Amino acid sequence: MGKEKIIEAENLFVTDIPHYEEGFNEQENTIVRLVSNHRNKKPYQVTGIQDVAADNNWKAWLYLGPILVLLVVFLIYPLVNTIFISFLNNYNYVNGTYDGFTFDNFGVIFGLTTYNGATETDFTAFAIPNTFILVFITVPLTTIIALLISVALNSIKWFKNALQVVFFLPYVTNMIAVGMVFSVIFDTNGVINYLFNLGETAWISGATRAMAFVPLIAYIVWCGLPFKILIFLSGLQGIDKQYYQAAQIDSAPHAKVLWRITVPLLSPQILYIVITSFIGAFKEYTAIVGLFNGAGTIGTKKNMYTIVYYIYDNLNTHTSFAAAAAVFLFIIIMICTWLQFKVSKRRVHY
Amino acid sequence: MEQKQYSTFENQTFNDNIVLSIGEKGRTVEAIQRATSIRNIAGMIIVYILILFAALIIIFPFYWMVITSLKINDEITASTQTFFPSIVMWSNYIYVFNSFDFGNYMFNTIVVGIFSTAGTVLTTIAAAFAFSRLKFKGRDALFAIFLMTMMIPGEMMVISNYITVASFGWIGEGQTRIDAYLAMIVPFLVSVFYIYLLRQNFKQIPNELYLAAKVDGKSDWTFLWKVMVPLAAPTIISIVILKFMGTWNAYVWPNLITDSVEYRLISNGLRGSSFTDLEGRVQYGYQMAATVLVTVPLFLLFIFFRKYIMRGFGRAGIKG
Repeated sequence: MGKEKIIEAENLFVTDIPHYEEGFNEQENTIVRLVSNHRNKKPYQVTGIQDVAADNNWKAWLYLGPILVLLVVFLIYPLVNTIFISFLNNYNYVNGTYDGFTFDNFGVIFGLTTYNGATETDFTAFAIPNTFILVFITVPLTTIIALLISVALNSIKWFKNALQVVFFLPYVTNMIAVGMVFSVIFDTNGVINYLFNLGETAWISGATRAMAFVPLIAYIVWCGLPFKILIFLSGLQGIDKQYYQAAQIDSAPHAKVLWRITVPLLSPQILYIVITSFIGAFKEYTAIVGLFNGAGTIGTKKNMYTIVYYIYDNLNTHTSFAAAAAVFLFIIIMICTWLQFKVSKRRVHY
Repeated sequence: MEQKQYSTFENQTFNDNIVLSIGEKGRTVEAIQRATSIRNIAGMIIVYILILFAALIIIFPFYWMVITSLKINDEITASTQTFFPSIVMWSNYIYVFNSFDFGNYMFNTIVVGIFSTAGTVLTTIAAAFAFSRLKFKGRDALFAIFLMTMMIPGEMMVISNYITVASFGWIGEGQTRIDAYLAMIVPFLVSVFYIYLLRQNFKQIPNELYLAAKVDGKSDWTFLWKVMVPLAAPTIISIVILKFMGTWNAYVWPNLITDSVEYRLISNGLRGSSFTDLEGRVQYGYQMAATVLVTVPLFLLFIFFRKYIMRGFGRAGIKG
C-alpha cells in the first residue's frame, strides 16, 4: 500500500472544498476519502494511497518468485540445455560426461554418419515421413470435417445441444483407453472387417505400414474433431445473420454461401485451428501407443515411428540423438508456424 | 399487414381481371413457396441424416467399448460380430478389479492429481495477480516472454527435465513412492497457459473494487483471496478440472520416470497390463472392462462440470 497522508481540514463548515472530493483522483493517482473525527468534528482527507504503482515492485517479485524459479528450472534451462546436449559427443546424462562438441548427432539421426559401425535408418525411413504424412493428412481432413459438422450443427433447430455434447465427448476421454478400443474395432476379427466384409484384413498387428495408417488417421481425426467443432461453433455464432439474409435474397446456392461467406468470416478461427493442430500433429505419440502398443506393427520393426516417438525411445539410451531430434522438431514447428502467420496476413479476414 | 394490403388490392376489383404471378416459369406465388418449403424440409432432413450419422460414428467406439467389456472372449473373436453380448459377463469387471491393480493406479493418479492441481492453481493465481494487478518494472516484457514459451514444444524440455529430475535423485536406483510422486508433480507446477487465461479474467475485474478494498485498508493479499478469487471462480474451476484431467490422461512422463510399475498412473497401468490368458491370447473383454473403468470417471466429471469443461476448452485448446 502506498503512503497515506492525513490532511486535516481547516474548517468543517467550509462548504467549498474543491480537492476534497471523495473517490479516486486520477490526475494525482490517489484515493481520496473523507473521514471525520467525531471529537473535533473535522473532516480528514486520506490521500496518497497510490494505485499499486512503483511501491509494489518487491511485492510483485514475491508473488512471481516461486513461479520464476520453476519456469527457469523446468522450462528455460531445459530449452537451452537440450540444444546444448544435441551438440555433445558421447554424452552420458548419469554422470554428465562428454567428449567435446560435434555435429555428429544430427548426422547420425539422418543416417549420414555411422554410429558403432551401424547406420540409423529408422529416423529418416519412418519417423520423418510418418510424421509428415500424419500432419498433412489429418490436419486438413479434421479441419474440413469439423467445419462441415459445425455448419450443420449451427443450422439445425432440434437436438442442437444434445448433439453438441455428443460431438464433444471424444475430448473427455483417455487417449490410451480409446486407442485400445480402436485397436479392438480394427482387429482382424473386429467389427470393421465384419461390417465391410473384409475377411481377416490386418489393420493393427501384422499390418503393412500403409494399412496401419488407416486406423491411425481415423483415430486421430476422431480425437481431433471435438475441440475444432467447439471453436468453429463459437465463431459461427458470432457471424452476423445479415450476410446470410443478403445471400438468401440473391438466392445464392448453399455451397457458394459456405465458401464465400462462412469460410472467409470464420478465417480467424480456421487459422487458429490450423496452427494449433499443425503443432499438435507434429507431436503425435499417444495415439500410436494407444493403438499399436509400440512403435511397429510387424515384429520389432519400427514402422510406425514418429519424430516424438523417436525422442522418447532414445531418451535414456542415446540422449544426444534424442536431443538432436527434438531440436529438429523444434525448428520444423517454428518454420511451419512462421509460414502460416505469413500466409494468414494475406488471407485471413479479421 | 400484408393481408390487409392484399384486401385493399381486392377491393379495387382487379382480382377478377389480373392473376398475380411472378415471372418464374409462370408459377404462382403459392407454387414457388411450396417448392421452397419442400426444398428446405428436404435439405433439413438430409442435414439431420448426415449429422446423426456423424454422431453415430463418434458414439460408436464408446458403445463398442461397453459391449465388448461385457462379452466372453469367444464371442469377441468370433467371425460373426454381435452388436449386443449374448451372455452379459459382469464377471469381466470383477476379474479386472482383482487382477489389474486398479486401486493402486487410481490412488497414485489421485494423489498426483490433487497435489499438482493444487500447486498449479496456487502458482497460477499468484502469477495472474502479479501480472494483472501489480505494477513492476519489466512486467509487460516478462509477460511477453511467458507467452512466447507457449510456442515451444514440450518435447524440447522433456530430455533436460529428465536429467534434472534424475540429478535431484528422484529417478533411478532406490526410487521411493515419494520420489516418484515428486518427479511427476514438481516439473508441471507452472502452466503459462493457465496464467494467461486467469490473467485475462482478473483484468476484467473493475479497478473500483480494488480501490474500495484499499480504502478499507485491506492488503493486496486479502483482496486477492476475498475478492478476485471468488469473482474468477468459474475460470479457476475450469483450470482445476482441466489440470486434473491432464493428470488422469498423463502417459509419457510417468512412464519415463518411474522404475517400478506400482508407482505409475492409470493410463500407464492400462497400457502396461497385458490382459492375456494362459496361452498368451489377449482377453479383450478384460481389456475393455479396464478401459471402461478408466473412462467412466472422466465421463462423470464431464456430466457434472460440462459448463466449465466446455468453456475451459473453448478458451484453451490445450489438453491437460
